[in-house]
Amino acid sequence: MSREAPVLERPELRPTDVTRAEVEDLLYLEAALLDEWRMEEWLELWTDDAEYVVPTNDNPNADPDNDLMYINHDHRLLKGLVVRLLSVRAHREYPWSKTRHMVTNVRVLGEDGEGVVHAEAAFLVWRYRLRDADSYVGRYDLRFRRVGSELRLKGKRVTLDAWTLAPYGAISIVL
Amino acid sequence: MDFADLIVEREEEGYFAYHRSALTSEAIHRAELERIFNRCWLYLGHESEIPQPGDFARRTVGTRPLFFVRSQTTGDVRVFANSCTHRGATICRRDRGNAKTFQCFYHAWTFDSDGSLIGVPDEEGYGPRFDKTQFGLVPVPRMESYRGLVFISFDPDVEDLVDYLAGAREYIDAMTDAAEVAAAFAANGGGASGGGWSGPLQVLRGTHRYGIKANWKLLVENSFDGYHLGPTHATYFQFLKDQNVEVSPSTGSMRLLGNGHAVIEYTGSWGRPVARWASQFGESSRAQLDALRERIIGELGDTGYRMAELNRNLYIYPNLFVMDNNATALRVIEPTAPEYMEVAQYELAPSSEDPTVRKVRLESYVTFAGPGGLATPDDVEALESCQQGAHSGVEWSLLSRGYFSEEPPMSGELQMRSFWRRWQDQLTVGSLVPSG
Repeated sequence: MSREAPVLERPELRPTDVTRAEVEDLLYLEAALLDEWRMEEWLELWTDDAEYVVPTNDNPNADPDNDLMYINHDHRLLKGLVVRLLSVRAHREYPWSKTRHMVTNVRVLGEDGEGVVHAEAAFLVWRYRLRDADSYVGRYDLRFRRVGSELRLKGKRVTLDAWTLAPYGAISIVL
Repeated sequence: MDFADLIVEREEEGYFAYHRSALTSEAIHRAELERIFNRCWLYLGHESEIPQPGDFARRTVGTRPLFFVRSQTTGDVRVFANSCTHRGATICRRDRGNAKTFQCFYHAWTFDSDGSLIGVPDEEGYGPRFDKTQFGLVPVPRMESYRGLVFISFDPDVEDLVDYLAGAREYIDAMTDAAEVAAAFAANGGGASGGGWSGPLQVLRGTHRYGIKANWKLLVENSFDGYHLGPTHATYFQFLKDQNVEVSPSTGSMRLLGNGHAVIEYTGSWGRPVARWASQFGESSRAQLDALRERIIGELGDTGYRMAELNRNLYIYPNLFVMDNNATALRVIEPTAPEYMEVAQYELAPSSEDPTVRKVRLESYVTFAGPGGLATPDDVEALESCQQGAHSGVEWSLLSRGYFSEEPPMSGELQMRSFWRRWQDQLTVGSLVPSG
């Protein structure tokens, strides 16, 4: 296997009738549910073929099928994460941290051949807990699908801008 | 406090404790760097990280900035202090890459991959007696590689690496042999391409590099602590249960391997990518893993069975753990400051691997381990919590567990007692050497 940095492939997109306002509404709802620890409702925002992916700081274009990621969750693992975060035995997050998910610079890019809508956004997530004051900054690459009349999250790839996670010790919340 | 007083042991009572100033003291931290990290063999990196001539990667080891590069002329690994011999600027300024030469950005002194100084702008300015051969990059005093694992020492008189590794060698060998079988099993005439380094194990792309606001020795304790699994990682075991994995407590043994090295070897309810299928992996990988397991056991016998079935946390004193459990991780501990460490974790995998097995490996690894996993964040919490407790006025930490056990269990604390004794011996012996 090559050790050279992989290149992130972007599919051909065509214009979509999904508006930026619609995408923003969903992202703001997601942010609010996460900040309020309404994790089960948050899980309902996702399609069954969910993909929540966080590459390592040193390999932002990582290929999840071959590279070590921080997080590479399908719906089953997202559910596992929700169960964990609602448990009093998730020691890193009990008591819960206070978080603030800020989402901005939203751009709807279009939809692909399968009708999946692509968008990207900038984010800033603050996390306060005990003596921790952590901030995570980066880009969301987002995928949405219409389910009935509603827009649902299909994919969220979180690319961190920091060159290393240190001095932080974990990504114990959902970014 | 004198180093000799930092540990209290009372044999008749089965009592062993260390003084918590060992977790907070600046003076002790400085002594550790001088007498442990400047004297031992230290893990630097893996040969597979720089497979081709000119490939390089940057590291900090024992607080020193270094980089390693594969020589363009010989193909050997070279390790240099990451500092220009002119005025000191770091010359390797990217985490990894490939380069024909290394040029310092400050005054453009240029070095080749063997460290030779090959370019000095306006060289005449240094006068007729200036000799470029005297100003090559400074290599670390010792560098040796064992089955792909590259170690360095800042002590030119350190014993040979194979002697230093002592009993840890057979574990590195067994793990690598099993990977060799696995890679051959998966390879369809493929494998690593020619020209560069090739071996049965490779470090995958992507590094888990994170910080813990705690003393490095707390992570040493934690990384071969079989006792904490149930309470600390309750949510991980809940996850396994939710995946229909039959969860039973791990059992196993501990062996001291000499020179501070030790290993715990134990059963696990979870699956292993080499090679133990469990329901959390899903049906798609079952046939592959069963066949791989059979092959490993067929070729390596009892050792193969252990490699496939059992988990190992192997400590190579002082800065490396090979965590061969849910997947195989190299955990490298950097003692940045008395109350802060940086951790780098790399994932090791057979150089050829069936895509379904690779997928299972990657998932198994990040589900448990790493800063985004279901388990590691709680270890980080535990260590930072212990660090805060070190300031509480309670002075001693207890490591008496299993003191009277004839067969040391994986859930005992003898491996930690052995670690702390080795640590103390090195600090104490160092203090007998006259300074200056």
